[in-house]
Amino acid sequence: MIFNLYIFNSSGDCLFYSEWKRKKHTDMSKDEENKLVYGMLHSLKSFVSRISPDTSDSFQSYQTNSYRLTVYETPSGVKFVMNAALELPLQATKDILQSLYKEVYVEYAVKNPMLSLQSPIDSDLFKDKLEAFINSKIN
Amino acid sequence: MSRGRGAVDPKRVSSELFSLTYGCMVAQLLKDFENPEEVNKQLESMGYNIGVRLIDDFLAHTPSVTRCTTLEEVADILCKQGFKMFLGIVPEIKNWTAAKDEFSLVITENPLAEYVELPPNCQDTLWYSNIICGVIRGALEMVQMDVKCSFVGDTLRGNDSTEIRIKFVKILEDSLPAGED
Repeated sequence: MIFNLYIFNSSGDCLFYSEWKRKKHTDMSKDEENKLVYGMLHSLKSFVSRISPDTSDSFQSYQTNSYRLTVYETPSGVKFVMNAALELPLQATKDILQSLYKEVYVEYAVKNPMLSLQSPIDSDLFKDKLEAFINSKIN
Repeated sequence: MSRGRGAVDPKRVSSELFSLTYGCMVAQLLKDFENPEEVNKQLESMGYNIGVRLIDDFLAHTPSVTRCTTLEEVADILCKQGFKMFLGIVPEIKNWTAAKDEFSLVITENPLAEYVELPPNCQDTLWYSNIICGVIRGALEMVQMDVKCSFVGDTLRGNDSTEIRIKFVKILEDSLPAGED
């Protein structure tokens, strides 16, 4: 149900990418794809708050025939982006991302003083905990 | 294997251990650097590194908090939620300037300095809890707010109150990734 996940920091570096079920890949390098996703998010965020008819808002999600992309951005600028199947409702995806931030990212990335948060996360513990977390949510 | 009385939640550490650890650290820094001014700088720098990470811990546990737009909101959340969550105290907010760009934070009971008395050679120069200033600066920088934070009084130095002065400098612009306009 969950296809893939990106984690970006406030400067746009991709800290983490993981995929579970992706049938079609883009024909760009990982770097280019990450930049594309981040650039899209940035542009959409700017567009959304400018066009907003009410108070300033933030972009949450978009949906196509085959998937839903949900993004959760923390006030500290960390962005969690998840592509999931439409069967998974929007609120569920939002909850997953928020819990991911609180239970995996803060606990195993932020609290690890040896880990730099300006470059891709290179920690087996983090990867394992994230996989375990996602698997517990899919089932 | 059962846990008898005296069993403690493994994630909680006694505040005395925390005060002792911090005290040891300051004492070691004084020994290593010998100059209290330099120690102040080191404490602030350590606090900064703590702050940039502590902010994520704070935000994850208080999802209702969104980015603040005014310094007043910042002061309120900092004292009533931030300090409460990590140090278990709620400092008082005082002495706003007319332009509302500066305020004081007054701490009545400082858990870091519980058993401390400053030796005479750093009685007038060391800010014992200067790590707190660094934490505040680091944490606020991660939510795009640049502030200057410093101690103006400490009961350990014989002043009337332990007071931190926080001055708003500017809002930091969200940086664009390379290659964008």
